[in-house]
Amino acid sequence: MTIDELIENFELLGDWEERYAYLIDLGKKLPAMPEAHKNDATKVQGCMSNVWLYATTDEQSPPRFRFEADSDAFIVKGLVSLLLTVYAGHTAEEILAIDAEGMFDRLGLQAHLSPTRANGLHAMVERIRAEAHSQTA
Amino acid sequence: MTRPQVRTAPAEPYDIARIRADFPALGQEVRGKPLVYLDNGSTSHKPQAVIDAVDDFYAHYNSNVHRGVHALSERATEAHIASRIKVAEFINASGADEIVFVRGTTEAINLVASSFGQRIRAGDEILVTEMEHHANIVPWQLLCERTGALLKVAPMDDTGTLRMDEFEGLLGPRTRLVAATHVSNALGTINPVKDIVDLAHAKGIPVLLDGAQATPHIALDVAAMDCDFYAFSGHKMYGPTGIGVLYGKREILESMPPYQGGGDMIRKVSFSGTEYAEIPHRFEAGTPDIAGAIGLGAALDYLSEIGLDRIAAYEHELLLYGTEQLGAIPGLRLIGTAANKAGILSFLIEGVPAADIGPLVDLRGVAIRAGHHCAMPALEHFGVGATARASLGMYNTREEIDVLVAALLRAQEMLA
Repeated sequence: MTIDELIENFELLGDWEERYAYLIDLGKKLPAMPEAHKNDATKVQGCMSNVWLYATTDEQSPPRFRFEADSDAFIVKGLVSLLLTVYAGHTAEEILAIDAEGMFDRLGLQAHLSPTRANGLHAMVERIRAEAHSQTA
Repeated sequence: MTRPQVRTAPAEPYDIARIRADFPALGQEVRGKPLVYLDNGSTSHKPQAVIDAVDDFYAHYNSNVHRGVHALSERATEAHIASRIKVAEFINASGADEIVFVRGTTEAINLVASSFGQRIRAGDEILVTEMEHHANIVPWQLLCERTGALLKVAPMDDTGTLRMDEFEGLLGPRTRLVAATHVSNALGTINPVKDIVDLAHAKGIPVLLDGAQATPHIALDVAAMDCDFYAFSGHKMYGPTGIGVLYGKREILESMPPYQGGGDMIRKVSFSGTEYAEIPHRFEAGTPDIAGAIGLGAALDYLSEIGLDRIAAYEHELLLYGTEQLGAIPGLRLIGTAANKAGILSFLIEGVPAADIGPLVDLRGVAIRAGHHCAMPALEHFGVGATARASLGMYNTREEIDVLVAALLRAQEMLA
């Protein structure tokens, strides 16, 4: 799914209850993260809920990123899933070019989420960008 | 200077509609729904009388205090003094000099840890309870790190009730202070503070009580409790943020060194040595939160007019109703079921993470808190890291509990 498709889906949903239901659904569909990969190193700091993110790259040149992620909260897991939709399968360079802020704005998330929760979302973006950075460095 | 008159509670029934109308913030819609504010344990809304008192100060007599060489400063100083007297009367202290204005409960406890803490030596012990807010744990941990003293913890049982036998057993020859909460913010437990004080005093140990969650709900009498320190915040008892109180018995405050240095806390300054001011000014360096103190005074007037006993009775009914209604939700587990509780309903719902409850009920206009409530050890006792917490105030209603319950049932449905 592209960013535009995501935004279109979101706009079709009338109110925030439906949008949360959609996020919860996205979260539930996220492939299970192996328990062994949930540790202090993969835990994203700055989130109100526990969020784990584990990045790997494939054999292609330049390599494409794959992500495993999980959270103990359903809505957060949905937000993580949304992020991975736009970031997974891309190269480091492409990831760094993605305008996550703009995407959150267009989804209306920036305005809807409390600053603390929005910070959590940014912490996840920063984590993904840091992984990409370490590839390009 | 006008001393506040002592008001007696009128005998008429609790007029909830009139009380709600006194709080402008309660009339609004959020997320397109009427606001249901059940996060009073975090902070309460303010009645118009408090907002007006703060406004009036800034609009008409804003001036610094204790420098009364002009008319406005005299007025500001008088109002500031009047608020201190109101606080003293409200908690039944023996004088306004026992009232130290601080930023809030957290600063009050830090003040004691810093100043009273100077008499603590390696091997001494500070006794807290398992249900403390982090504000009544971390200042003591810092003190212990500085001095080599030891922090002891009195445990609670599985209802969230303090185990008094264990507490008594932990009062040892090296215990220098007991620091206990009056009401647990995460569980709602009302501690038997008089028993705590009596047991500690029998061994000559002073007691600090954290009253942050108690003052909005329980009529206070520090003389009857006989505690040595009592700390509380204005903003949880319908007053402004940024103002709080440390009550200390006169003789113990007089024996304590200053907390912070600066203006207002000195009698005479010279480079050969500085003489410190009398209590309470010794502990109040710098320009105080004048507007905050005046606003707090207005909040106390408001509470006194309605009567804390009537507020407590009303909230207790509401707590019983809320406990019953929440209890009917399948899979809901109440955390904190002590026999003696204030209006705090901390809970978990099977299959619904606490972190999801907050945003999902927010969609229905319901404000609650979800998380560890800055009391991680208390929740750890129950093997949980977070709960959802609905905390009641004087203006909440049964209908609002019903909205919460409906929102929780909907959240459960959405996550199923």
